[in-house]
Amino acid sequence: MTSQGLTREGVLKDLEERFRDCIVEVFDKSPKRVFIEVKPEPLVRMANYLFKDLGARFNIASGLDTRSHIEILYHFTIEDLNLLISLRVKLDREHPAIDSLAPSFEAANWIEREMHELLGIDFNGHPDLRRLLLPDQWPEGVFPLRQDYEEWDPEAIRDRGV
Amino acid sequence: MARTVVPIGPYHPLQEEPEFFTLTVEGETVVDIDVRVGYNHRGIEKLSERKTFDQSTFVIERICGICSTSHPFAYTRAVEDVIPMEVPERAKYIRTIIAEGERIHSHLLWAGLAGHFLGYNTVYMWVWKLREEILDAMEILSGNRNNYAMFKPGGVRRDIKAEDIPPVLKKIDSIVPTLEMLKKAILDDPVLHARTKGIGIFSKEDAINFSALGPTSRASGVARDVRKDSPYGVYDQVEWDMIVTENGDVFDKVVLRVLEVFESIKIMKHCLTNLPAGEIDAKITSIPPGEGIGHIEAPRGETFHYVRSDGTNRPVRHKVRAPTFMNLPTYKATVVGETISDATIILAAIDPCYCCTERVAVRTTKGRKLFSGQDLIRLSQEKTERLRKDMGV
Amino acid sequence: MDFKLRALLKSPWVFHLSTGSCNNCDIEILDCLTPRFDIERFGMVLAGSIKHADVLLVTGSCNRQSVERLKRLYEQMPKPCLVVAIGECSLSRGMFIHSYNCPKPLDKIIPVDVYIPGCPPKPEAIIAGVVKLIEKVGGTT
Repeated sequence: MTSQGLTREGVLKDLEERFRDCIVEVFDKSPKRVFIEVKPEPLVRMANYLFKDLGARFNIASGLDTRSHIEILYHFTIEDLNLLISLRVKLDREHPAIDSLAPSFEAANWIEREMHELLGIDFNGHPDLRRLLLPDQWPEGVFPLRQDYEEWDPEAIRDRGV
Repeated sequence: MARTVVPIGPYHPLQEEPEFFTLTVEGETVVDIDVRVGYNHRGIEKLSERKTFDQSTFVIERICGICSTSHPFAYTRAVEDVIPMEVPERAKYIRTIIAEGERIHSHLLWAGLAGHFLGYNTVYMWVWKLREEILDAMEILSGNRNNYAMFKPGGVRRDIKAEDIPPVLKKIDSIVPTLEMLKKAILDDPVLHARTKGIGIFSKEDAINFSALGPTSRASGVARDVRKDSPYGVYDQVEWDMIVTENGDVFDKVVLRVLEVFESIKIMKHCLTNLPAGEIDAKITSIPPGEGIGHIEAPRGETFHYVRSDGTNRPVRHKVRAPTFMNLPTYKATVVGETISDATIILAAIDPCYCCTERVAVRTTKGRKLFSGQDLIRLSQEKTERLRKDMGV
Repeated sequence: MDFKLRALLKSPWVFHLSTGSCNNCDIEILDCLTPRFDIERFGMVLAGSIKHADVLLVTGSCNRQSVERLKRLYEQMPKPCLVVAIGECSLSRGMFIHSYNCPKPLDKIIPVDVYIPGCPPKPEAIIAGVVKLIEKVGGTT
């Protein structure tokens, strides 16, 4: 039971009713895992509802490049119910862009910087999209986690010399 | 008042991980902190995509040396969640034993480093000597002091022999008297109280806003621990307490970690004495297409792995998130407003595992360099000496 | 070998550098200072600054960001000096050979005198390696 007295079924029904026009598909995988696909535009509203109203904890966001589109999964945990809800958004591969969650809660700040530099996703409204992980001399526009990433450094040595 | 910039790192002699912290100070007070990460980034998520599911565990172990069990544990749980399946009972017990052994050695390591930063070098040497006993115990169980290589999707790779259990129990029991003495020394020492109480306070609202994890958030009153909220291994079958304190300052974090060591000893001894017979490996032959998530409580907080499979024997995507990634940004809330002599102990209080985060550094804004990292540790140790003299201890 | 170097190795000051490692090797190096292994009885002390160091201990798989600092630190180190590569990652990058952020192995960047393999090498192995180095330089092998 959550602090508002909701059960697992109650939470899922509440989400499905409240965001009926935003949800594309709900995949109820197991008692502890639910994957909900949503449209990109209302994501900030849904994430805010989960974080602030339901008191879920933001675990992390994971971006990935399927060859046809770019997907981001935002993982939230409702500890009282031992339930992990993952919100999936699908973005266009040529110009992936979505509104940033960093103004809503600090926990999303760094992961959006990481996804920006490793996958090339734009986060509108992020206060500080500087480089986080990659070195300064890394070329612009080369995104390591994309499926079509290729070695760009002519001086890299990839064999052991035997 | 003029602003000066104090860079710490990147090669600080005691904090062996490279990072670059930059503190902007006005007089003695820190007004801003910037963290520069990237010195440890090795592209492990991309490497995972070229390896098969069981080869990956060896790379994943080497994300971080200190929490070298928590990453493969979370990863194997993520792979098992794709199917989904549960491992055999004996495998769960063995996994819990290894995970708790790692928690003990990690907290002791941190206690030694914290002791050094505060000027208690004897504590540093004693605690690391004590830690050697635990590493010996892990070597008896798994064959190596670190990088145990015990985990595989479906169970564990090696069994624990019955004749190994008595010497391991003996080693664990041998450290308890010294730990009791250490606990008493910490809880009773007036200089330590004066030095760490009220320093670097992290409020509960901030802990929730930053989604801080592990001891960093439990010290601020957020009673969350993956072992209690979402039990895995045998944590729901053993009697143990979650340690939570209210104030969120450095003293609370020290006390919390020392008390957690005692709980881990309790869990480890229970599992070693009640190890059930049975299979250790469920022998998975193939992973179906799907997604899986595994999260476990590492010594620093929740480690989260996400795996997507398309039915072949390599993952399509493997996302790694170590707890320090969520805990590092909290420096903005804890260090700003404190003095520079307290900066090192506040930075160390979240137990940053830089290699887990694959970065940590503080970016320099332009300014004149006043102190080096070595100087900051010296300042911290000098403050303890001053307090000791003032209190006549 | 060099007379200066032989004199230095009576009590070598070591500077420890990590170029992007998982830190296991670094912790085993620090373990060498603790009472059980205690390399201070050989006169080895951890130097606070590179300018006081005779021996450079390097761990890690040389990722792009650390390499800049590594080169700078090596230049600042007073010569003659010795470089010890500890752990698989600094030998040849080990399993990170295909990582996009680790382009070159350590010995293509700076000259290395001693290689200590292991993942991580036990403190006994590190001490044995450094003793071999001292013997080699002192001309007793």
